[in-house]
Amino acid sequence: MSGPSDFQPSNPALKWIERRLPIFGLIHSSFVAYPTPRNLNYWWTFGAILSMMLALQILTGVILAMHYTPHADLAFKSVELIVRDVNYGWLLRNMHAAGASMFFFAVYIHMFRGLYYGSYKEPREVLWILGVIIYLLMMATGFMGYVLPWGQMSFWGATVITNLFSAVPYFGESIVTLLWGGYSVGNPTLNRFFSLHYLLPFVIAGVVVLHIWALHVAGQNNPAGVEAKTEKDTVPFTPYATIKDAFGVACFLIFFAWFIFYMPNYLGDADNYIPANPGVTPAHIVPEWYYLPFYAILRSIPNKLAGVVAMFSAIIILCFLPWLDSARTRSSKYRPLAKQFFWIFVVVCIGLGYLGSQPPEGIYVIAGRILTVCYFAYFLIVLPLLARIETPRPVPNSIADDVLAKNKGRAATAASVVLALVLAGGLFAGSTQNAKAEEGGTTPPAQSWSFSGPFGKYDRGSLQRGLKVYKEVCSACHGLSYVAFRNLADAGGPGYSEAQAAAFASEYKIKDGPNDQGEMFERPGRPADYFPSPFPNEQAARAANGGAAPPDLSLITKARSYKRGFPQFVIDFFSQYQEQGPDYVDAILQGFEDKVPAGVTIPEGSYYNKYFPGHAIKMPKPLSDGQVTFDDGSPATVKQYAHDVTTFLMWAAEPHMEARKRIGMQVFVFLIIFAFLMYFTKRKVWADAH
Amino acid sequence: MTTASSADHPTRRDFLFVATGAAAAVGAAATVWPLVAQMNPDAATIAAGAPIQVDLTPIAEGQDIKVFWRGKPIYISHRTKKQIEEAQKVPLSSLPDPQPDSARVKSGHDQWLVVIGICTHLGCIPIAHEGNYDGFFCPCHGSQYDSSGRIRQGPAPANLAVPPYAFLSDTKIQIG
Repeated sequence: MSGPSDFQPSNPALKWIERRLPIFGLIHSSFVAYPTPRNLNYWWTFGAILSMMLALQILTGVILAMHYTPHADLAFKSVELIVRDVNYGWLLRNMHAAGASMFFFAVYIHMFRGLYYGSYKEPREVLWILGVIIYLLMMATGFMGYVLPWGQMSFWGATVITNLFSAVPYFGESIVTLLWGGYSVGNPTLNRFFSLHYLLPFVIAGVVVLHIWALHVAGQNNPAGVEAKTEKDTVPFTPYATIKDAFGVACFLIFFAWFIFYMPNYLGDADNYIPANPGVTPAHIVPEWYYLPFYAILRSIPNKLAGVVAMFSAIIILCFLPWLDSARTRSSKYRPLAKQFFWIFVVVCIGLGYLGSQPPEGIYVIAGRILTVCYFAYFLIVLPLLARIETPRPVPNSIADDVLAKNKGRAATAASVVLALVLAGGLFAGSTQNAKAEEGGTTPPAQSWSFSGPFGKYDRGSLQRGLKVYKEVCSACHGLSYVAFRNLADAGGPGYSEAQAAAFASEYKIKDGPNDQGEMFERPGRPADYFPSPFPNEQAARAANGGAAPPDLSLITKARSYKRGFPQFVIDFFSQYQEQGPDYVDAILQGFEDKVPAGVTIPEGSYYNKYFPGHAIKMPKPLSDGQVTFDDGSPATVKQYAHDVTTFLMWAAEPHMEARKRIGMQVFVFLIIFAFLMYFTKRKVWADAH
Repeated sequence: MTTASSADHPTRRDFLFVATGAAAAVGAAATVWPLVAQMNPDAATIAAGAPIQVDLTPIAEGQDIKVFWRGKPIYISHRTKKQIEEAQKVPLSSLPDPQPDSARVKSGHDQWLVVIGICTHLGCIPIAHEGNYDGFFCPCHGSQYDSSGRIRQGPAPANLAVPPYAFLSDTKIQIG
């Protein structure tokens, strides 16, 4: 994209095309011959990583759209069916969901890199502003994508974010109604969000083309912040930058795969495994982690309009960065003060992110206000002031000089980049782990589960016993509507044969019809049927259970969680601890106590449970010793029942977990070998350049 | 990149490049697999395609019913004596897709014709009891099938397919 190319293909067919459409020349001049500064470090590989992420998100997104149903009544279920029934559906969904987080993670590093090295300064202002536009489009796309699964967080996130526009004076209400297509968030909202979520990534791709165009006109910035002057300062894009980017991508994929295969729910919110309910707001509305700093700014301002204005300003202010920071020296490497303030600013942003995940009360509000002031002060006071008072250190004469000066000790860069990524990822991501079940409840004790860890597998005996407990006890009130009888014979499940699953199914009466006479009838269950729910509808369930509808148990172990707290959530990232849900369910089943402690009042019709939020649970103690007899001689105790039924429910919620972990291990072995190969290839290629 | 080696003297560098390229190719192929495999029918669709049982008692002679199996219409015809005779005595040499009637019905159950009601031309649904051969007529492009579901006239290349089925009793069949 840097002017007409003198590239001439030798193949006559390519020549014929080239004369009519010089596309090979364009590719050659943009991605092969394009001169790239020879001193770029690994922070510069994030451009390639982001391109890869965008392509991957579009690819997996287009595939998910083949299986997804954008309808308020069907969306949640269709996502579950993708995960359970579509071939590799769990993989594609994990890739897309974790991919959104990885995309933002990479874009934040890309932005901070630009900030540190002054990549927004003359002549790259338009390049930078295009980047801010991409970032805004990403936020809109990510938000609308999060709405599509139509869980509780989807629904209430959509409600809260669209209500931001109601702060607009005079027209606010009309704008919000326009966005919703109704009097509240509902099916029309979901439909248009789906449409726009499909559209915007292609708009992003278009702006990315402009972004790269602008980059290739101005040339890349570099760690020294001096422009390339002679040929000695640059190397051709291919193979040098290509191979380095490919190595960066390979390392990033290892980080990405950690989430896809081992921590798929670490970045998500347990509440989003509860289907959208317009009548109940979750206790803590928390956006995805990548919006948290802005959410903290929004909440720290007590006035509605001012809060919304501050939040949007926090992003828009980035557009003015090239003029707010008028210092001549680009790179913070040579700006002793700016460098320190940069790192303070990074800490402020992470701090805002942490506060955004905390409840808006007490010290958190005050801290949020202080950090909000710091955030804006960095742009409006610190940067303009530094440009005037700071004395920068001398910059190198040329890029070649810069390379010569520090040609030692760069071997450890790659390793440290990976380490920094993992650490920062853990910190950022962990800050989203928010409160679910802790309010007024005691933290459930961590149990040991056969399915935890990278090699975890379901204990078949436990699954079979758990199924028995569910069938004989829980199924009287709780449905299991996403599990089909055929699943009992699936690989990685309770280990029954297909004949056993069919026999199990035939013990159930399933409502079917209408028949030729137009009447509904009952027939024995078939493997393709789903576990029948005990109540025909939610109202009946409510009426029969003292006003509290017993929740469906298909997803209960993923829909419940509890706060792990700092630093536990960081450790969890490395230890792959994902079992908050099972711990909580197990604890609830064992947490019933006849003696209510002093100071706790339990209303009529409720029961005391040590671990239930607020302690007053509508469910009477479901399990007691000796209630279910196991054929394999396992103890008939509540402890054993609770453990087994929780294991069974974990399988019900995550039937492909064993395949996920098995494939994950293969992918990891491959990626690590591949990254090593890439590293040595990169070294060989670059050996010529030094 | 300068590759100073020739094919006869592979260097360590060549080996490294080939190994890296090969690993990348393996990785790409392994990535493509799930992206394509997801297009196949999902587990719920496969489970819903399980065999179905059909009770034949309500179908009087000369009548036929249409049931659906795996989303396909299945015609079950209770053929009359005349239809059976016609089907049996046609000389095979005159048929575009020669097949005796006995190969299209279950022995001992000559009166029951079970065929997938999808025209072998381009997938339209033929109409029963129409056309010149006492069988089926496809309104899309004029293919005509006889009382055994065999193609007699028109653009369709083959006879109507017979689905896998078996008689569980004299009055009940299982399709699939």
